[in-house]
Amino acid sequence: MNWIARSRAKSPWLLHYDCGSCNGCDIEILACLTPLYDIERFGIVNMGNPKHADILLVTGPANHPNYRVLKNLYEQMPEPKVVVVVGSCGCTGGVFHNCPNILGGIDKVIPVDVYVPGCAAKPEAIIDGVVLALEKLKNGK
Amino acid sequence: MAIIFIAAIVVTPFIGGLLRGIDRKLTAHMQGRIGPPIQQPFYDIIKLFSKSQIITTRSPLLLVYGYLLFIVAAVVLFALKQDLLMLILVLGVADVLLVMGSFSTRSPYSQIGSNRELLQMFSYEPILILASIAIYMETGSFLISRIQQPLLPTLWPVYLALLIALIILMRKSPFDISASEHAHQEIVRGIFTEYSGLYLGLIELAHWYELVLVLAVISLLWTAGVWPGILLALFSWFIVLIIDNINARLTWSWMIRTSWVAGIGLSILNIIGLRLFGG
Repeated sequence: MNWIARSRAKSPWLLHYDCGSCNGCDIEILACLTPLYDIERFGIVNMGNPKHADILLVTGPANHPNYRVLKNLYEQMPEPKVVVVVGSCGCTGGVFHNCPNILGGIDKVIPVDVYVPGCAAKPEAIIDGVVLALEKLKNGK
Repeated sequence: MAIIFIAAIVVTPFIGGLLRGIDRKLTAHMQGRIGPPIQQPFYDIIKLFSKSQIITTRSPLLLVYGYLLFIVAAVVLFALKQDLLMLILVLGVADVLLVMGSFSTRSPYSQIGSNRELLQMFSYEPILILASIAIYMETGSFLISRIQQPLLPTLWPVYLALLIALIILMRKSPFDISASEHAHQEIVRGIFTEYSGLYLGLIELAHWYELVLVLAVISLLWTAGVWPGILLALFSWFIVLIIDNINARLTWSWMIRTSWVAGIGLSILNIIGLRLFGG
């Protein structure tokens, strides 16, 4: 059991989904992969496939055109899984919160485990958020 | 006999996993990063085994076990120093099972990935078979146990051809077309897209066996004692890592052209040379 928990915490694979953000947060997420931050140190790999992923990293507000896609991606991920929301838009709707096409934060569609606020969130903050999510992942939720 | 049999099955994945870990560390250092710890592949595989199972189609599940089984059979054939040609054909069957598994799901990414995997097989299988024929012409037998003298001085063109096959089998950069192994993602994960959890873990395990097996076949080219062969295999492995890091990914037609013209060409020239000049 201990081995499994340790391995889960050491090998989180990411799925990054842009739910209609301004791309500011997405650029910051990609910055985490560069030699300066190098998140592969922690075994984190950007997978791009929900069936292989452990952590769903969402940017941007939940909106009518693509909330079904978001839900679908979440359901395709095998347990245990955690959701990390990056940026103010994802947390609450941000500057878009009153728009007619916006549902609000990501938590209106799928359960969210960690919120990383910021516009755009800094790479350090994103790494902090993911490490916080690992605690949940370790215990199999 | 029984000890060799068990050692081949138990020890091989540890060597393969360790090589994959060192691979990721070296790649990270070549790119100016720190990289994951060396035991990272073992964390990955334990995590994959502990994930819940999501099953879309049932038939690939059986075929994944077949894939693993046939590769382990090939490893055992090598450890018992059996027929080299037989070993290569068993390896071919294993890859066909993997392709069949991915063809039986309806995901377009999986389908494109399996098509490309078939092209990869068309590229490396002839090289492996011609290499074993060249070894046969040199030693007079397909049996691995009959290889006594260092073959590299006369078979160096075959060695160069085997390097091309090694790049394809390790799914490294110029020819990493079927699986998008390193998060290139234009076909998501290609042939592995539809596998998750336990079954992805089994494929990864089979990949470790396969890596060690192909390196072992390369080490046959220099069998004066144990160490020269191992050093030759590790040297080739390191060359592949460097090639991976300085190359872009090419299209499938480039892969076929390179492997058929350079790979098969070098092997056939070597065989003709052996025939004409008697090695």
